[in-house]
Amino acid sequence: MTAGERSIRTGLFPASAGGPWLIRRFAASEGAAQLLAIAVLLGIWWAFSRWGGINPFLLPSPEVVGQRLLRQFNSGELAANISATMYAAIAGFAIAVIIGVPLGLAMARNRIAGWFFAPIVSVGFPAPKLAFLPIFLLWFDVGASSKIVMVAFAAVFIVASATAAGAAYVPRPLLWSAQSLGASRTAMLWQVIVPSALPQILNGLQIALPVCLITTIAAEMYVGGAGIGGAMLAASRFANTPDVFAGLIISGATGLVLVRLIGWIRVKLLHWHAEARVK
Amino acid sequence: MSFPPSPVGRAMAHLFDYVPLAILALAWEAIVRGGLVSPSVLPPFSEVVAEFFRLAGNGVIFVHAAISLRRIVIGLALAVAFGVTAGLLMSAIRPVRLVLQPLLGLLYPLPKSALVPLLMLLLGLGDSPKILLIFIGCLLPVVTNTFNGARGVDEKLMWSAANLGASRLGLFVIRFNAALPDILTGARTGVAFAFILLINAELIFGQDGLGYLIASTGGLGAYPTMFAAVILVVMLGFAADRLFGFIENRMLAWRAP
Repeated sequence: MTAGERSIRTGLFPASAGGPWLIRRFAASEGAAQLLAIAVLLGIWWAFSRWGGINPFLLPSPEVVGQRLLRQFNSGELAANISATMYAAIAGFAIAVIIGVPLGLAMARNRIAGWFFAPIVSVGFPAPKLAFLPIFLLWFDVGASSKIVMVAFAAVFIVASATAAGAAYVPRPLLWSAQSLGASRTAMLWQVIVPSALPQILNGLQIALPVCLITTIAAEMYVGGAGIGGAMLAASRFANTPDVFAGLIISGATGLVLVRLIGWIRVKLLHWHAEARVK
Repeated sequence: MSFPPSPVGRAMAHLFDYVPLAILALAWEAIVRGGLVSPSVLPPFSEVVAEFFRLAGNGVIFVHAAISLRRIVIGLALAVAFGVTAGLLMSAIRPVRLVLQPLLGLLYPLPKSALVPLLMLLLGLGDSPKILLIFIGCLLPVVTNTFNGARGVDEKLMWSAANLGASRLGLFVIRFNAALPDILTGARTGVAFAFILLINAELIFGQDGLGYLIASTGGLGAYPTMFAAVILVVMLGFAADRLFGFIENRMLAWRAP
Protein backbone atom coordinates (compact mmCIF):
# COMPACT_ATOMS: atom_id res chain seq x y z
CA MET A 1 0.00 0.00 0.00
CA THR A 2 1.50 3.27 -0.98
CA ALA A 3 0.79 6.80 0.07
CA GLY A 4 -0.98 7.22 -3.26
CA GLU A 5 -3.79 4.94 -2.25
CA ARG A 6 -4.87 7.26 0.49
CA SER A 7 -5.37 10.02 -2.01
CA ILE A 8 -8.09 8.07 -3.81
CA ARG A 9 -11.02 10.44 -3.89
CA THR A 10 -14.25 8.68 -4.54
CA GLY A 11 -16.72 11.55 -4.35
CA LEU A 12 -19.39 10.74 -6.94
CA PHE A 13 -21.59 13.76 -6.95
CA PRO A 14 -20.31 17.30 -7.46
CA ALA A 15 -20.44 19.42 -4.30
CA SER A 16 -22.30 22.06 -6.29
CA ALA A 17 -25.50 20.00 -6.48
CA GLY A 18 -28.58 21.46 -4.74
CA GLY A 19 -30.06 20.74 -1.32
CA PRO A 20 -29.19 21.71 2.24
CA TRP A 21 -25.52 22.09 3.07
CA LEU A 22 -25.19 18.93 5.15
CA ILE A 23 -26.77 16.75 2.47
CA ARG A 24 -24.65 18.37 -0.22
CA ARG A 25 -21.52 17.74 1.80
CA PHE A 26 -22.43 14.12 2.39
CA ALA A 27 -23.34 13.52 -1.26
CA ALA A 28 -19.92 14.77 -2.37
CA SER A 29 -18.06 12.67 0.17
CA GLU A 30 -16.17 9.44 -0.16
CA GLY A 31 -18.64 7.77 2.17
CA ALA A 32 -21.63 8.40 -0.10
CA ALA A 33 -19.87 6.83 -3.08
CA GLN A 34 -18.89 3.84 -0.98
CA LEU A 35 -22.39 3.39 0.40
CA LEU A 36 -23.71 3.49 -3.15
CA ALA A 37 -21.08 0.96 -4.24
CA ILE A 38 -22.03 -1.32 -1.34
CA ALA A 39 -25.73 -1.03 -2.24
CA VAL A 40 -25.08 -1.80 -5.91
CA LEU A 41 -22.85 -4.76 -5.03
CA LEU A 42 -25.47 -6.12 -2.64
CA GLY A 43 -28.09 -5.77 -5.37
CA ILE A 44 -25.93 -7.61 -7.92
CA TRP A 45 -25.10 -10.30 -5.37
CA TRP A 46 -28.77 -10.75 -4.45
CA ALA A 47 -29.86 -10.90 -8.11
CA PHE A 48 -27.16 -13.43 -8.96
CA SER A 49 -27.92 -15.72 -6.05
CA ARG A 50 -31.64 -15.59 -6.89
CA TRP A 51 -31.70 -15.80 -10.67
CA GLY A 52 -28.08 -16.59 -11.62
CA GLY A 53 -28.55 -20.34 -11.32
CA ILE A 54 -25.39 -20.55 -9.19
CA ASN A 55 -25.13 -23.34 -6.64
CA PRO A 56 -26.01 -21.73 -3.26
CA PHE A 57 -23.06 -23.64 -1.79
CA LEU A 58 -20.72 -21.52 -3.91
CA LEU A 59 -22.67 -18.28 -3.62
CA PRO A 60 -25.03 -18.09 -0.63
CA SER A 61 -27.66 -15.36 -0.81
CA PRO A 62 -27.20 -12.09 1.12
CA GLU A 63 -30.19 -13.01 3.34
CA VAL A 64 -28.52 -16.22 4.49
CA VAL A 65 -25.23 -14.44 5.17
CA GLY A 66 -27.13 -11.67 6.99
CA GLN A 67 -28.86 -14.27 9.19
CA ARG A 68 -25.47 -15.80 10.03
CA LEU A 69 -24.12 -12.38 10.99
CA LEU A 70 -27.14 -11.80 13.18
CA ARG A 71 -26.79 -15.21 14.81
CA GLN A 72 -23.09 -14.61 15.49
CA PHE A 73 -23.96 -11.21 16.91
CA ASN A 74 -26.63 -12.62 19.23
CA SER A 75 -24.46 -15.46 20.50
CA GLY A 76 -21.67 -13.02 21.34
CA GLU A 77 -19.33 -14.87 18.99
CA LEU A 78 -19.02 -11.83 16.75
CA ALA A 79 -17.89 -9.51 19.53
CA ALA A 80 -15.49 -12.13 20.90
CA ASN A 81 -13.88 -12.72 17.49
CA ILE A 82 -13.59 -9.05 16.62
CA SER A 83 -12.09 -8.18 19.99
CA ALA A 84 -9.56 -11.05 19.83
CA THR A 85 -8.43 -9.93 16.38
CA MET A 86 -8.37 -6.23 17.27
CA TYR A 87 -6.43 -6.99 20.44
CA ALA A 88 -3.66 -8.88 18.64
CA ALA A 89 -3.51 -6.39 15.74
CA ILE A 90 -3.41 -3.27 17.92
CA ALA A 91 -1.06 -4.73 20.56
CA GLY A 92 1.36 -5.80 17.81
CA PHE A 93 1.02 -2.41 16.15
CA ALA A 94 1.73 -0.62 19.43
CA ILE A 95 4.88 -2.67 20.04
CA ALA A 96 6.01 -1.98 16.47
CA VAL A 97 5.54 1.77 17.04
CA ILE A 98 7.28 1.74 20.43
CA ILE A 99 10.30 -0.07 18.94
CA GLY A 100 10.19 1.19 15.36
CA VAL A 101 9.99 4.96 15.89
CA PRO A 102 13.01 5.22 18.27
CA LEU A 103 14.89 2.76 16.05
CA GLY A 104 14.20 4.85 12.96
CA LEU A 105 15.22 8.06 14.77
CA ALA A 106 18.44 6.43 15.94
CA MET A 107 19.17 5.13 12.43
CA ALA A 108 18.79 8.60 10.97
CA ARG A 109 20.59 10.63 13.65
CA ASN A 110 23.32 8.26 14.87
CA ARG A 111 26.02 6.98 12.49
CA ILE A 112 26.71 3.71 14.27
CA ALA A 113 23.02 2.83 14.63
CA GLY A 114 22.50 3.79 10.98
CA TRP A 115 25.40 1.60 9.85
CA PHE A 116 24.27 -1.37 11.91
CA PHE A 117 20.54 -1.34 11.22
CA ALA A 118 20.39 -0.08 7.61
CA PRO A 119 21.19 -3.46 5.98
CA ILE A 120 19.00 -5.34 8.47
CA VAL A 121 16.01 -3.11 7.70
CA SER A 122 16.65 -3.16 3.95
CA VAL A 123 16.68 -6.97 3.96
CA GLY A 124 13.80 -7.26 6.42
CA PHE A 125 11.56 -4.68 4.75
CA PRO A 126 10.68 -6.59 1.55
CA ALA A 127 10.75 -10.02 3.25
CA PRO A 128 7.40 -11.79 3.69
CA LYS A 129 7.44 -11.79 7.49
CA LEU A 130 4.67 -14.39 7.71
CA ALA A 131 7.32 -16.97 6.86
CA PHE A 132 8.58 -16.50 10.46
CA LEU A 133 5.24 -17.50 11.96
CA PRO A 134 6.18 -21.15 12.62
CA ILE A 135 9.40 -19.90 14.29
CA PHE A 136 7.45 -17.59 16.62
CA LEU A 137 5.09 -20.45 17.41
CA LEU A 138 8.14 -22.45 18.42
CA TRP A 139 9.40 -19.65 20.69
CA PHE A 140 6.21 -18.24 22.19
CA ASP A 141 2.99 -19.78 23.42
CA VAL A 142 0.24 -20.60 20.97
CA GLY A 143 -2.19 -18.10 22.54
CA ALA A 144 -2.09 -14.39 21.90
CA SER A 145 1.62 -13.76 22.47
CA SER A 146 3.00 -15.53 19.39
CA LYS A 147 0.47 -13.66 17.24
CA ILE A 148 1.34 -10.31 18.84
CA VAL A 149 5.07 -10.92 18.30
CA MET A 150 4.36 -11.94 14.70
CA VAL A 151 2.32 -8.79 14.06
CA ALA A 152 4.91 -6.52 15.70
CA PHE A 153 7.67 -8.13 13.65
CA ALA A 154 5.70 -7.66 10.42
CA ALA A 155 5.12 -3.96 11.12
CA VAL A 156 8.33 -2.81 12.78
CA PHE A 157 10.38 -2.63 9.56
CA ILE A 158 7.75 -0.42 7.91
CA VAL A 159 7.63 1.95 10.90
CA ALA A 160 11.42 2.09 11.30
CA SER A 161 12.18 2.77 7.65
CA ALA A 162 9.48 5.45 7.33
CA THR A 163 10.74 7.16 10.51
CA ALA A 164 14.36 6.96 9.37
CA ALA A 165 13.44 8.44 5.98
CA GLY A 166 11.58 11.31 7.67
CA ALA A 167 14.21 12.04 10.30
CA ALA A 168 17.11 11.93 7.85
CA TYR A 169 15.81 14.92 5.89
CA VAL A 170 15.02 17.47 8.56
CA PRO A 171 15.66 20.85 6.87
CA ARG A 172 19.09 22.09 7.93
CA PRO A 173 17.94 25.69 8.66
CA LEU A 174 15.51 24.28 11.25
CA LEU A 175 18.33 22.43 13.01
CA TRP A 176 20.64 25.48 12.82
CA SER A 177 18.01 27.85 14.18
CA ALA A 178 17.24 25.55 17.08
CA GLN A 179 20.94 25.12 17.84
CA SER A 180 21.64 28.82 17.74
CA LEU A 181 18.75 29.38 20.14
CA GLY A 182 20.52 27.02 22.51
CA ALA A 183 18.19 24.02 22.28
CA SER A 184 19.30 21.02 24.31
CA ARG A 185 19.61 17.61 22.64
CA THR A 186 16.27 16.49 24.09
CA ALA A 187 14.58 19.66 22.91
CA MET A 188 16.09 19.20 19.44
CA LEU A 189 14.70 15.72 19.29
CA TRP A 190 11.20 16.41 20.59
CA GLN A 191 10.64 19.91 19.27
CA VAL A 192 12.45 19.83 15.94
CA ILE A 193 13.28 16.37 14.62
CA VAL A 194 10.15 14.44 15.61
CA PRO A 195 7.64 17.11 14.47
CA SER A 196 9.51 17.54 11.20
CA ALA A 197 9.51 13.79 10.55
CA LEU A 198 5.93 13.33 11.76
CA PRO A 199 4.19 13.29 8.34
CA GLN A 200 6.56 10.54 7.14
CA ILE A 201 6.19 8.63 10.43
CA LEU A 202 2.42 8.74 10.00
CA ASN A 203 2.76 7.53 6.39
CA GLY A 204 4.55 4.52 7.82
CA LEU A 205 1.87 3.96 10.46
CA GLN A 206 -0.88 4.23 7.85
CA ILE A 207 0.79 1.48 5.84
CA ALA A 208 1.66 -0.60 8.92
CA LEU A 209 -1.80 -0.76 10.50
CA PRO A 210 -3.54 -2.60 7.62
CA VAL A 211 -0.50 -4.89 7.43
CA CYS A 212 -1.03 -5.65 11.13
CA LEU A 213 -4.63 -6.68 10.46
CA ILE A 214 -3.67 -8.83 7.44
CA THR A 215 -0.96 -10.53 9.51
CA THR A 216 -3.25 -11.10 12.51
CA ILE A 217 -5.93 -12.74 10.38
CA ALA A 218 -3.37 -14.90 8.57
CA ALA A 219 -1.80 -15.94 11.90
CA GLU A 220 -5.22 -16.80 13.34
CA MET A 221 -5.91 -19.00 10.35
CA TYR A 222 -2.61 -20.79 10.82
CA VAL A 223 -2.92 -21.22 14.57
CA GLY A 224 -6.70 -21.66 14.76
CA GLY A 225 -8.86 -20.77 17.74
CA ALA A 226 -10.15 -17.31 18.59
CA GLY A 227 -10.47 -14.41 16.21
CA ILE A 228 -11.98 -13.58 12.84
CA GLY A 229 -9.38 -15.63 10.96
CA GLY A 230 -9.77 -18.69 13.18
CA ALA A 231 -13.55 -18.59 12.78
CA MET A 232 -13.28 -18.26 9.00
CA LEU A 233 -10.88 -21.17 8.70
CA ALA A 234 -13.08 -23.36 10.89
CA ALA A 235 -16.07 -22.46 8.70
CA SER A 236 -14.19 -23.31 5.52
CA ARG A 237 -13.05 -26.66 6.97
CA PHE A 238 -16.73 -27.55 7.33
CA ALA A 239 -17.49 -26.16 3.86
CA ASN A 240 -19.70 -23.59 5.57
CA THR A 241 -19.72 -20.93 2.84
CA PRO A 242 -22.23 -18.54 4.47
CA ASP A 243 -20.02 -18.15 7.54
CA VAL A 244 -16.96 -17.65 5.32
CA PHE A 245 -18.79 -14.83 3.54
CA ALA A 246 -19.85 -13.43 6.91
CA GLY A 247 -16.20 -13.48 8.03
CA LEU A 248 -15.17 -11.66 4.87
CA ILE A 249 -17.70 -8.90 5.59
CA ILE A 250 -16.59 -8.66 9.22
CA SER A 251 -12.92 -8.40 8.29
CA GLY A 252 -13.66 -5.78 5.65
CA ALA A 253 -15.61 -3.72 8.18
CA THR A 254 -12.85 -4.12 10.77
CA GLY A 255 -10.29 -3.02 8.19
CA LEU A 256 -12.39 0.00 7.30
CA VAL A 257 -12.64 1.06 10.96
CA LEU A 258 -8.88 0.76 11.47
CA VAL A 259 -8.06 2.66 8.25
CA ARG A 260 -10.46 5.46 9.22
CA LEU A 261 -9.09 5.53 12.78
CA ILE A 262 -5.47 6.01 11.71
CA GLY A 263 -6.57 8.60 9.12
CA TRP A 264 -8.35 10.51 11.88
CA ILE A 265 -5.27 10.31 14.12
CA ARG A 266 -3.19 11.77 11.29
CA VAL A 267 -5.54 14.72 10.90
CA LYS A 268 -5.50 15.34 14.67
CA LEU A 269 -1.71 15.11 14.99
CA LEU A 270 -0.96 17.21 11.91
CA HIS A 271 -3.54 19.96 12.38
CA TRP A 272 -0.62 22.45 12.57
CA HIS A 273 1.03 21.16 9.41
CA ALA A 274 0.76 22.67 5.92
CA GLU A 275 -0.98 19.53 4.61
CA ALA A 276 -3.99 20.26 6.87
CA ARG A 277 -4.69 23.42 4.88
CA VAL A 278 -4.86 21.58 1.54
CA LYS A 279 -8.28 20.14 0.99
CA MET B 1 35.86 4.36 6.74
CA SER B 2 36.66 5.51 3.22
CA PHE B 3 37.64 3.47 0.22
CA PRO B 4 39.36 4.56 -2.99
CA PRO B 5 36.82 5.02 -5.83
CA SER B 6 38.17 2.08 -7.84
CA PRO B 7 35.69 -0.72 -8.79
CA VAL B 8 37.31 -3.04 -6.26
CA GLY B 9 37.15 -0.32 -3.64
CA ARG B 10 33.48 0.28 -4.33
CA ALA B 11 32.74 -3.42 -4.11
CA MET B 12 34.60 -3.48 -0.79
CA ALA B 13 32.56 -0.53 0.47
CA HIS B 14 29.42 -2.31 -0.59
CA LEU B 15 30.45 -5.46 1.24
CA PHE B 16 31.29 -3.39 4.29
CA ASP B 17 27.66 -2.16 4.26
CA TYR B 18 26.50 -5.69 4.89
CA VAL B 19 28.91 -6.48 7.76
CA PRO B 20 26.07 -6.06 10.33
CA LEU B 21 24.31 -9.07 8.82
CA ALA B 22 27.47 -11.13 9.37
CA ILE B 23 27.61 -9.86 12.96
CA LEU B 24 24.01 -10.97 13.42
CA ALA B 25 24.82 -14.44 12.04
CA LEU B 26 27.85 -14.71 14.36
CA ALA B 27 25.76 -13.64 17.36
CA TRP B 28 23.19 -16.29 16.43
CA GLU B 29 25.91 -18.95 16.30
CA ALA B 30 27.45 -17.73 19.56
CA ILE B 31 24.27 -17.70 21.69
CA VAL B 32 23.44 -21.27 20.67
CA ARG B 33 26.99 -22.64 21.01
CA GLY B 34 27.44 -20.73 24.25
CA GLY B 35 24.41 -22.50 25.70
CA LEU B 36 22.30 -19.35 26.14
CA VAL B 37 19.60 -20.79 23.88
CA SER B 38 18.82 -24.45 23.46
CA PRO B 39 19.60 -25.83 19.97
CA SER B 40 16.17 -27.45 20.01
CA VAL B 41 14.48 -24.05 19.66
CA LEU B 42 17.19 -22.34 17.62
CA PRO B 43 19.48 -24.54 15.55
CA PRO B 44 22.96 -23.02 15.19
CA PHE B 45 23.47 -20.87 12.10
CA SER B 46 26.18 -23.18 10.75
CA GLU B 47 23.79 -26.13 10.92
CA VAL B 48 21.12 -24.15 9.04
CA VAL B 49 23.63 -23.21 6.34
CA ALA B 50 24.75 -26.84 6.03
CA GLU B 51 21.12 -27.90 5.76
CA PHE B 52 20.54 -25.25 3.09
CA PHE B 53 23.38 -26.64 0.98
CA ARG B 54 22.16 -30.20 1.50
CA LEU B 55 18.67 -29.21 0.25
CA ALA B 56 20.21 -27.27 -2.61
CA GLY B 57 22.35 -30.28 -3.47
CA ASN B 58 19.43 -32.69 -3.80
CA GLY B 59 17.32 -29.98 -5.44
CA VAL B 60 14.37 -30.17 -2.99
CA ILE B 61 14.43 -26.51 -2.09
CA PHE B 62 14.64 -25.42 -5.73
CA VAL B 63 11.61 -27.51 -6.68
CA HIS B 64 9.53 -25.72 -4.02
CA ALA B 65 11.06 -22.34 -4.89
CA ALA B 66 10.24 -22.81 -8.59
CA ILE B 67 6.61 -23.68 -7.76
CA SER B 68 6.31 -20.60 -5.54
CA LEU B 69 8.00 -18.23 -7.97
CA ARG B 70 5.80 -19.46 -10.83
CA ARG B 71 2.69 -18.52 -8.82
CA ILE B 72 4.11 -15.09 -8.04
CA VAL B 73 5.16 -14.38 -11.63
CA ILE B 74 1.77 -15.37 -13.10
CA GLY B 75 -0.28 -13.54 -10.45
CA LEU B 76 1.83 -10.42 -10.62
CA ALA B 77 1.97 -10.36 -14.43
CA LEU B 78 -1.83 -10.63 -14.63
CA ALA B 79 -2.21 -7.90 -12.00
CA VAL B 80 0.15 -5.57 -13.86
CA ALA B 81 -1.53 -6.22 -17.24
CA PHE B 82 -5.07 -5.70 -15.89
CA GLY B 83 -4.12 -3.00 -13.40
CA VAL B 84 -2.25 -0.78 -15.83
CA THR B 85 -5.06 -1.07 -18.41
CA ALA B 86 -7.72 -0.33 -15.80
CA GLY B 87 -5.75 2.59 -14.34
CA LEU B 88 -5.21 4.17 -17.76
CA LEU B 89 -8.87 3.69 -18.75
CA MET B 90 -9.95 5.20 -15.43
CA SER B 91 -7.87 8.29 -16.05
CA ALA B 92 -9.07 8.68 -19.65
CA ILE B 93 -12.76 7.70 -19.47
CA ARG B 94 -15.03 9.18 -16.84
CA PRO B 95 -17.70 6.40 -16.61
CA VAL B 96 -14.98 3.81 -16.03
CA ARG B 97 -13.64 5.96 -13.20
CA LEU B 98 -17.08 6.40 -11.65
CA VAL B 99 -17.64 2.63 -11.60
CA LEU B 100 -14.20 1.43 -10.55
CA GLN B 101 -13.21 4.05 -7.98
CA PRO B 102 -15.78 3.17 -5.28
CA LEU B 103 -15.11 -0.53 -5.86
CA LEU B 104 -11.39 0.00 -5.29
CA GLY B 105 -12.26 2.07 -2.23
CA LEU B 106 -14.11 -0.96 -0.87
CA LEU B 107 -11.30 -3.38 -1.69
CA TYR B 108 -8.62 -1.21 -0.06
CA PRO B 109 -9.45 -1.73 3.64
CA LEU B 110 -10.25 -5.45 3.19
CA PRO B 111 -7.46 -7.53 4.74
CA LYS B 112 -6.56 -9.69 1.73
CA SER B 113 -5.66 -12.66 3.93
CA ALA B 114 -9.39 -12.97 4.71
CA LEU B 115 -9.90 -14.10 1.10
CA VAL B 116 -7.84 -17.26 1.68
CA PRO B 117 -10.65 -19.51 3.08
CA LEU B 118 -13.11 -18.35 0.43
CA LEU B 119 -10.73 -18.98 -2.46
CA MET B 120 -9.82 -22.33 -0.95
CA LEU B 121 -13.51 -23.32 -0.80
CA LEU B 122 -14.31 -22.10 -4.30
CA LEU B 123 -11.18 -23.12 -6.19
CA GLY B 124 -9.66 -25.97 -4.21
CA LEU B 125 -6.09 -26.46 -3.05
CA GLY B 126 -4.13 -26.14 -6.28
CA ASP B 127 -2.37 -23.29 -8.08
CA SER B 128 -5.38 -21.23 -9.15
CA PRO B 129 -6.60 -19.95 -5.73
CA LYS B 130 -3.04 -18.85 -4.88
CA ILE B 131 -2.56 -17.10 -8.21
CA LEU B 132 -5.96 -15.42 -7.88
CA LEU B 133 -5.12 -14.24 -4.34
CA ILE B 134 -1.83 -12.72 -5.55
CA PHE B 135 -3.66 -11.16 -8.50
CA ILE B 136 -6.29 -9.50 -6.27
CA GLY B 137 -3.72 -8.33 -3.74
CA CYS B 138 -1.36 -6.81 -6.33
CA LEU B 139 -4.12 -5.26 -8.43
CA LEU B 140 -4.84 -2.49 -5.94
CA PRO B 141 -1.38 -0.87 -5.71
CA VAL B 142 -0.93 -1.18 -9.50
CA VAL B 143 -4.31 0.36 -10.39
CA THR B 144 -4.12 3.22 -7.89
CA ASN B 145 -0.54 4.14 -8.78
CA THR B 146 -1.25 3.95 -12.53
CA PHE B 147 -4.38 6.04 -12.09
CA ASN B 148 -2.65 8.67 -9.96
CA GLY B 149 0.29 8.81 -12.36
CA ALA B 150 -1.84 9.03 -15.51
CA ARG B 151 -4.12 11.60 -13.93
CA GLY B 152 -1.12 13.76 -13.13
CA VAL B 153 0.12 13.82 -16.74
CA ASP B 154 1.07 17.30 -17.87
CA GLU B 155 -1.89 18.47 -19.98
CA LYS B 156 0.43 20.53 -22.18
CA LEU B 157 2.05 17.29 -23.36
CA MET B 158 -1.34 15.93 -24.39
CA TRP B 159 -2.30 19.17 -26.16
CA SER B 160 0.96 19.32 -28.10
CA ALA B 161 0.62 15.69 -29.17
CA ALA B 162 -3.01 16.17 -30.23
CA ASN B 163 -2.02 19.31 -32.09
CA LEU B 164 0.70 17.38 -33.96
CA GLY B 165 -1.95 14.88 -35.06
CA ALA B 166 -1.45 12.04 -32.57
CA SER B 167 -4.13 9.35 -32.79
CA ARG B 168 -6.18 8.24 -29.77
CA LEU B 169 -3.80 5.31 -29.43
CA GLY B 170 -0.85 7.68 -29.60
CA LEU B 171 -2.32 9.79 -26.81
CA PHE B 172 -2.79 6.62 -24.78
CA VAL B 173 0.88 5.74 -25.26
CA ILE B 174 1.87 9.21 -24.02
CA ARG B 175 -0.31 8.78 -20.99
CA PHE B 176 1.32 5.41 -20.32
CA ASN B 177 4.83 6.83 -20.57
CA ALA B 178 3.98 9.74 -18.30
CA ALA B 179 2.56 7.34 -15.73
CA LEU B 180 5.48 4.91 -16.00
CA PRO B 181 7.32 6.02 -12.83
CA ASP B 182 4.14 5.52 -10.79
CA ILE B 183 3.33 2.24 -12.54
CA LEU B 184 6.74 0.90 -11.57
CA THR B 185 6.29 2.06 -7.97
CA GLY B 186 2.96 0.24 -7.90
CA ALA B 187 4.48 -2.91 -9.36
CA ARG B 188 7.29 -2.83 -6.77
CA THR B 189 4.73 -2.58 -3.96
CA GLY B 190 2.93 -5.42 -5.70
CA VAL B 191 6.03 -7.62 -5.52
CA ALA B 192 6.16 -7.27 -1.74
CA PHE B 193 2.42 -8.02 -1.52
CA ALA B 194 2.77 -11.03 -3.81
CA PHE B 195 5.34 -12.61 -1.50
CA ILE B 196 3.25 -11.99 1.64
CA LEU B 197 0.09 -13.44 0.10
CA LEU B 198 1.91 -16.39 -1.44
CA ILE B 199 3.43 -17.40 1.90
CA ASN B 200 0.08 -16.76 3.58
CA ALA B 201 -1.79 -19.09 1.20
CA GLU B 202 0.90 -21.77 1.14
CA LEU B 203 1.18 -21.83 4.93
CA ILE B 204 -2.53 -22.36 5.34
CA PHE B 205 -3.46 -24.67 2.48
CA GLY B 206 -0.28 -25.55 0.65
CA GLN B 207 0.65 -28.88 -0.82
CA ASP B 208 3.90 -27.60 -2.27
CA GLY B 209 5.92 -24.39 -2.46
CA LEU B 210 8.17 -22.66 0.07
CA GLY B 211 5.37 -21.72 2.48
CA TYR B 212 4.33 -25.37 2.59
CA LEU B 213 7.96 -26.43 3.13
CA ILE B 214 8.20 -24.07 6.14
CA ALA B 215 4.88 -25.19 7.64
CA SER B 216 5.45 -28.91 7.11
CA THR B 217 9.04 -29.02 8.40
CA GLY B 218 8.02 -26.84 11.36
CA GLY B 219 5.21 -29.26 12.14
CA LEU B 220 7.62 -32.21 12.04
CA GLY B 221 10.16 -30.47 14.24
CA ALA B 222 12.77 -30.43 11.44
CA TYR B 223 13.87 -26.96 12.50
CA PRO B 224 17.16 -26.64 10.56
CA THR B 225 15.18 -27.26 7.34
CA MET B 226 12.50 -24.79 8.42
CA PHE B 227 15.08 -22.07 9.17
CA ALA B 228 16.86 -22.76 5.86
CA ALA B 229 13.57 -22.32 3.98
CA VAL B 230 12.76 -19.10 5.87
CA ILE B 231 16.18 -17.69 5.01
CA LEU B 232 15.66 -18.58 1.35
CA VAL B 233 12.27 -16.80 1.36
CA VAL B 234 13.86 -13.69 2.89
CA MET B 235 16.65 -13.76 0.29
CA LEU B 236 14.17 -14.20 -2.58
CA GLY B 237 12.07 -11.27 -1.34
CA PHE B 238 15.16 -9.10 -1.10
CA ALA B 239 16.41 -10.19 -4.55
CA ALA B 240 13.00 -9.52 -6.14
CA ASP B 241 12.83 -6.07 -4.56
CA ARG B 242 16.36 -5.24 -5.75
CA LEU B 243 15.57 -6.57 -9.23
CA PHE B 244 12.56 -4.28 -9.46
CA GLY B 245 14.61 -1.36 -8.18
CA PHE B 246 17.14 -2.08 -10.92
CA ILE B 247 14.43 -2.33 -13.61
CA GLU B 248 12.94 0.91 -12.31
CA ASN B 249 16.29 2.71 -12.65
CA ARG B 250 16.92 1.32 -16.14
CA MET B 251 13.46 2.12 -17.49
CA LEU B 252 13.49 5.59 -16.02
CA ALA B 253 17.03 6.46 -17.09
CA TRP B 254 15.56 9.01 -19.53
CA ARG B 255 13.99 10.97 -16.72
CA ALA B 256 15.87 13.99 -15.38
CA PRO B 257 17.09 13.22 -11.85
